[in-house]
Amino acid sequence: MPSRSTLHPSDAPSAPSHHHATNPRAAAARIALVGNPNTGKTTLFNALTGFRRHVANYPGVTVEVAHGTITGTSVELLDLPGSYSLAANSPDEAVLLDALCGRIPGQPPPDAILAIVDASVLPRNLYLLSQVLEIGLPVVIALNMIDVAQSRGVAIDAPELSHRLGVPVVPVVATDPRTLPPLIDLLRAALPGQRTAASGPELPADLTRLRAALPAAPNPAIALRVLLDRDGAAPRAYLAAGGSRAALDAARRQLDDQHIDVAAEVRARYAWIGRLLDGVVTRPPQPVTTWTARLDWLLTHRVWGALVLALVLFVLFQSIFRWSQPLMDFISDRLMGSLAALATVALPEGAVRSLLVDGLIAGVGGVLVFLPQIMILFGLIAILEDSGYIARAAFMVDRIMRAAGLSGRSFIPLLSSFACAVPAIMGARVIADRRDRIVTILIAPFMSCSARLPVYVLMTSAFIPDRYFLGGWIGLRGLVMMGMYLIGVVVAIPVAWLLKKTVLAGPPPGFVLELPTYKLPRLRAVWQRMSHAGAHFISRAGTVILAVSIAVWALAYFPRSATTEQRVRATAVAAGWDESRTDAALQAEFARHSFLGRIGRALEPAIRPIGWDWRIGAAIVASFPAREVVVSSLGTIFSLGHDADEADLRGALAAATWSDSGRPLFTVSSALALMVFFALCAQCASTLVMIGRETGNWLWPVASFSFMTAVAYVAALLTAVIARGLGCDG
Amino acid sequence: MSLLNAPTARRMRVTAVRSRNAASFRLMEMGLIEGAEVTVLRRAPLGDPMHVRVGDSELSLRNADAESIDVAPF
Repeated sequence: MPSRSTLHPSDAPSAPSHHHATNPRAAAARIALVGNPNTGKTTLFNALTGFRRHVANYPGVTVEVAHGTITGTSVELLDLPGSYSLAANSPDEAVLLDALCGRIPGQPPPDAILAIVDASVLPRNLYLLSQVLEIGLPVVIALNMIDVAQSRGVAIDAPELSHRLGVPVVPVVATDPRTLPPLIDLLRAALPGQRTAASGPELPADLTRLRAALPAAPNPAIALRVLLDRDGAAPRAYLAAGGSRAALDAARRQLDDQHIDVAAEVRARYAWIGRLLDGVVTRPPQPVTTWTARLDWLLTHRVWGALVLALVLFVLFQSIFRWSQPLMDFISDRLMGSLAALATVALPEGAVRSLLVDGLIAGVGGVLVFLPQIMILFGLIAILEDSGYIARAAFMVDRIMRAAGLSGRSFIPLLSSFACAVPAIMGARVIADRRDRIVTILIAPFMSCSARLPVYVLMTSAFIPDRYFLGGWIGLRGLVMMGMYLIGVVVAIPVAWLLKKTVLAGPPPGFVLELPTYKLPRLRAVWQRMSHAGAHFISRAGTVILAVSIAVWALAYFPRSATTEQRVRATAVAAGWDESRTDAALQAEFARHSFLGRIGRALEPAIRPIGWDWRIGAAIVASFPAREVVVSSLGTIFSLGHDADEADLRGALAAATWSDSGRPLFTVSSALALMVFFALCAQCASTLVMIGRETGNWLWPVASFSFMTAVAYVAALLTAVIARGLGCDG
Repeated sequence: MSLLNAPTARRMRVTAVRSRNAASFRLMEMGLIEGAEVTVLRRAPLGDPMHVRVGDSELSLRNADAESIDVAPF
């Protein structure tokens, strides 16, 4: 291949810049990092690139592929999705094959492949490798976790393995940077252009013959997938690219006659792996009892395991509410408070100051304040994932998830959905079954994401009494928060069940999940996930939410007619009001006659039974692009003309009254109803866009929004009626 | 004997994989093929799925999939 001429022969040691000198187009060499899940692939990627990853969405596929430059070189490394096989069951796996073969638009194929294999699970890791070798690109093998293998008494003769495979095999410990220089030197100086292909698996002769005869398949690895994966992505891509259906059907008939299927491929590959490793791997006569085995006894135990799981979930919810408090106070009081005070002093009263203080500072500040909670939540989820615990949780809850027609696999995306539905919906790609994936995507927005927290926190801290039970161990506010998280789950289960019985009915899919070795989470990797989540949230706060804050401010500020002002001032003079009372009345009248106020008033007859007036209706409408916006909208609607912080907002909400009766607007029942509404509604444009993109059908987000809004309305109404009936409003 | 009924903590050998669906192909790709050594480690708190060791790795598979895998004492 011409692209391979840009790579150095293995006998040419070279300086980093040498690579460019031999490449007239000066395009950096691209190396794809592939491997099974749980092999330390991302750890190795981070170690090689110095934690400088640039996440990119490939056009048309939206699976995140991280890019980075290997430290001290100009070599670009691509972190491709982990997979056990090139046989693509899930979209993630389809991306792997497409990326390796250069079939992603705008992405050239990689120049070489860095295959990471887990030395402690070597045979299974070599399965994917045996397929990858057939692509025909140069391959370097990083033999990771040799320390784990050694601790189990397993010894691997890496030079002999390298000799037999005909490709370099470099033992590494991805978590220990001192073990990496030999690998980096190899990747930098000596990308192998050659490979002795003599030692491949002996696939059935008919399969090899038909594979070679398949026209329009770019390489043997793809041809094999086109032939064998009957419902897979490869045959679809083959036919879409103009491959002959008649030729494919004829070839498959021949395979059927010979009873050749994926099982035959698997047997051939494992037979080859067995021969390859004979004499390369030596094992102890008796397996060593591992820490993982001891931990699993406890963590998947029917009593202790369930208790630990409940404890983990409890800590998850309590901690994001409590640990983050000091940081939140700092952001809202110190940072945003001083900014608003500064702007109020520096600027004359008018539209500009109002825009800055009530639109910009209040809007963005009201969102930034929740950054600590989001980062803590993502940090905890990262720890659960990186430690290997999340797979055990999936194992334990699989039977329960099946009650909703799903599998334990859905547990991971659904748990992530408690942080944010957008990555969770993307994470649903790990679910191979199409119907399970769509159901998971559709119920993911019912999980209480971090964007609901602002509403929960505001309503809870303002209107739920700060009471404690059992000697201060259990707080009423914490219980209400937990209830909000539970309500989404309680609603999601019948919704999923209904979807699986009706529009998405089909045979039950299998549930095959690896239970990886427990690992101590790496602080830096956890921090990377936290800061990525935080940066993502800030960029959203800076773009969508800022735009919405300004739009809402404008909707609430305009129009301001002189007639309204004259009328209010005349009333004030007649009644003898002081200046602050006049001002408050004026602001209320302006808000009432604003565009947002008109929308809210149109809604009031529908929401009045819940205990909400037009102002709450207006705030809900304004929060369509993102739920967290409701807090800044409430701020704008209720505290115009003040330098608002969260305490002010709580005060303004508590002081708000019904215009006709003068009774307090916010009570325990109307606040609970608002929380329930936001727990169940679909007020998140990003989620709706993601649902459309990931399901490939824009009817789903439309249906999702309509259905969730209806459920949220009914549930809010029921909550208000029941809470009033129970005498919660006192 | 089916893997479903295999005793816990006993080394067994896979003698046949009877079904041909996506789950069984994936199990085979992960090493659960004829001749492989398999040990049932435990069942989930609700009795399903099961946790097995196959070769060097550990998997979770559902009872329905385990039912179509035949094993014999090692």
